Amino acid sequence: MTDAPPVEVRGLVKTYGEITAVDHVDLTVRRGDVFGYLGPNGAGKTTSLRMMLGLIRPTAGTVRVFGRDPQLSVRALEGVAGFVEAPRFYPYLDGRTNLRLLAALDGDDAPRRIDEVLEVVELTDRGGDKVGGYSHGMRQRLGLAAALLRRPKLLLLDEPATGLDPGGMRDMRRLIRRLADDGITVLLSSHLLAEVEELCNRVAIVRKGRIVYEGELEDLRRTAGVSYRLRTVDDERARRVCAAQPGIESTDGAGTGVITFQPADDQALAQLSLALTEAGALILELAPRSATLEDLFFELTEGDGDRELAAAHVDAAARIVEEAPS
Amino acid sequence: MSAARTPGVGTIYRWELRKLRSQKRTYLGLGAAALVPIIFAVAVAAQPGGGPEDVPFGRYIHSTGLAIPLVLLLFGSIWLFPLITALVAGDIVAAEDHNGTLKTILTRSVERGQIFIAKMLAAFSYAALAILVTGTVATVAGVIVSGFHPITSLSGTQVSASHGLGLVAASLGVYLLPIIAVACIGLLFSTLFRNSAAAIVGTLMFSLLLQLLTIIPGLGGLQPYLLSTQFNAWQGFLRTPVDWEPIVRATWVCAFYAIPSLVAGMIVFLRRDVAGG
Ligand SMILES: Nc1ncnc2c1ncn2[C@@H]1O[C@H](COP(=O)(O)OP(=O)(O)O)[C@@H](O)[C@H]1O
Ligand SMILES: [Mg+2]
Repeated sequence: MTDAPPVEVRGLVKTYGEITAVDHVDLTVRRGDVFGYLGPNGAGKTTSLRMMLGLIRPTAGTVRVFGRDPQLSVRALEGVAGFVEAPRFYPYLDGRTNLRLLAALDGDDAPRRIDEVLEVVELTDRGGDKVGGYSHGMRQRLGLAAALLRRPKLLLLDEPATGLDPGGMRDMRRLIRRLADDGITVLLSSHLLAEVEELCNRVAIVRKGRIVYEGELEDLRRTAGVSYRLRTVDDERARRVCAAQPGIESTDGAGTGVITFQPADDQALAQLSLALTEAGALILELAPRSATLEDLFFELTEGDGDRELAAAHVDAAARIVEEAPS
Repeated sequence: MSAARTPGVGTIYRWELRKLRSQKRTYLGLGAAALVPIIFAVAVAAQPGGGPEDVPFGRYIHSTGLAIPLVLLLFGSIWLFPLITALVAGDIVAAEDHNGTLKTILTRSVERGQIFIAKMLAAFSYAALAILVTGTVATVAGVIVSGFHPITSLSGTQVSASHGLGLVAASLGVYLLPIIAVACIGLLFSTLFRNSAAAIVGTLMFSLLLQLLTIIPGLGGLQPYLLSTQFNAWQGFLRTPVDWEPIVRATWVCAFYAIPSLVAGMIVFLRRDVAGG
């Protein structure tokens, strides 16, 4: 195949009447990525994936999968598989027959892989039961099996773990991890930061149809930084010390008795504790807040008034500029 | 890179038939196609005297079993056969919408156009099978009830029983023309409405409304060009010599209904957003 990237989206727009579901989205998934497409419900994730699979027409912009346009022909989906929203099957046929049907529509040697993919998703025992009686989790796994029939190089998965019970979620994530380790490029949409953190190396955060961040998850994590909460015996004095201390960026207003700040590094943090003690603002509590990435995510995707802060974070991030390989 | 063997329309068609075989509504239509002639034959046997005098061949149903399929073709054209046809044609795309499975099959290695053509062929096959079932059951039941005797043609000449059987077969074939046109309209509505009940009712309403048109003064002249009129074209075979005029007209009039419906349905299917499911 060519060395075109698995997914390359440029200026993608989809409007439904007044609603702009997808608003000038650019993103590139590179070979070997486990790419997280992260955003709250209604952000336009499913709509974007539908355009990548050629199910709906973009209002504007382009989608290329391995350099080909899925709007023109399903040949663009060679080596590509996945599903949007919950995978759907013929309820009156059993699981295995559904797969036989889909394998027939795939051609090639897909029909010979049915047993193998049922085994992978642990549905071998239930393959003979009508899909109408399947649980949500079983359908989700059958959806993955159907995708694997195509021996994909790229998997497009739309919230694959959503709606599963905790055990099912864990199994689904393990499976995706395993497939990614086998070298399959994965684009996975999710509204759960934790899921993306667990599985993905790169992420695009989408808000109301727009990408607000695209880059390495590692960079985003670094940008978000680690913030600390501080409580002392003298609120007022502590605040003054923080403001004067080099390498400390205090982000909190007055009145709560708790100061939140971000130290430039461990050295700055150590210096601050010393300065506080010297100033007589004895420390009652100094603890890192682990939820910082989560805060950033919420700021990026939900914040209205506080957009500037989020924007500042993003600007600071080493934004990966995609060079489209020609 | 391996040269991928991509599946053709034949493969999709076989799976469309497989899906039909697994759905109850398929047997509802075929059951009706088999049951109606049996009930009719039983009614004929139970009433040795009477018969529907006012329709062609109505008065012969006691003298030859061959009249029974012909009378059924006449009665069935009003709504029975259009309904049986629409039951599957109107459902065949809409059911995929209902089950949310369009997205499932459209993300494999077959083009939308191939799927549409396979669905069209499956709907035609089903309609043809329904007519064949009615024709066969009616003929067999008719012969059991009234015997395998010569039949009087519409021109008043006697036709031998075996020749008459051939004419019944030819009539069933010509009857397929408007049936296929109904299937095409059903397929269009199925694609357009994405709802099988709406598509089935729509298809029947369409043919009924067309018939109402001729009541409007001045529009009576449209009669020969209505779809419903073509359901009587087979009667050309039951004249001596065979009158080809209604048969030829049925061919192009049915094409006039069928082809635009198919083209429109195909365009909608090729272009539409698949966002449900
Ligand atoms: N077929 C559709 N018709 C009208 N509006 C739609 C349609 N599909 C999606 N939308 C709207 O587009 C927005 C994005 O939806 P979606 O892509 O499903 O978001 P997500 O998958 O991120 O939850 C929502 O406001 C949704 O209501
Ligand atoms: Mg969604």
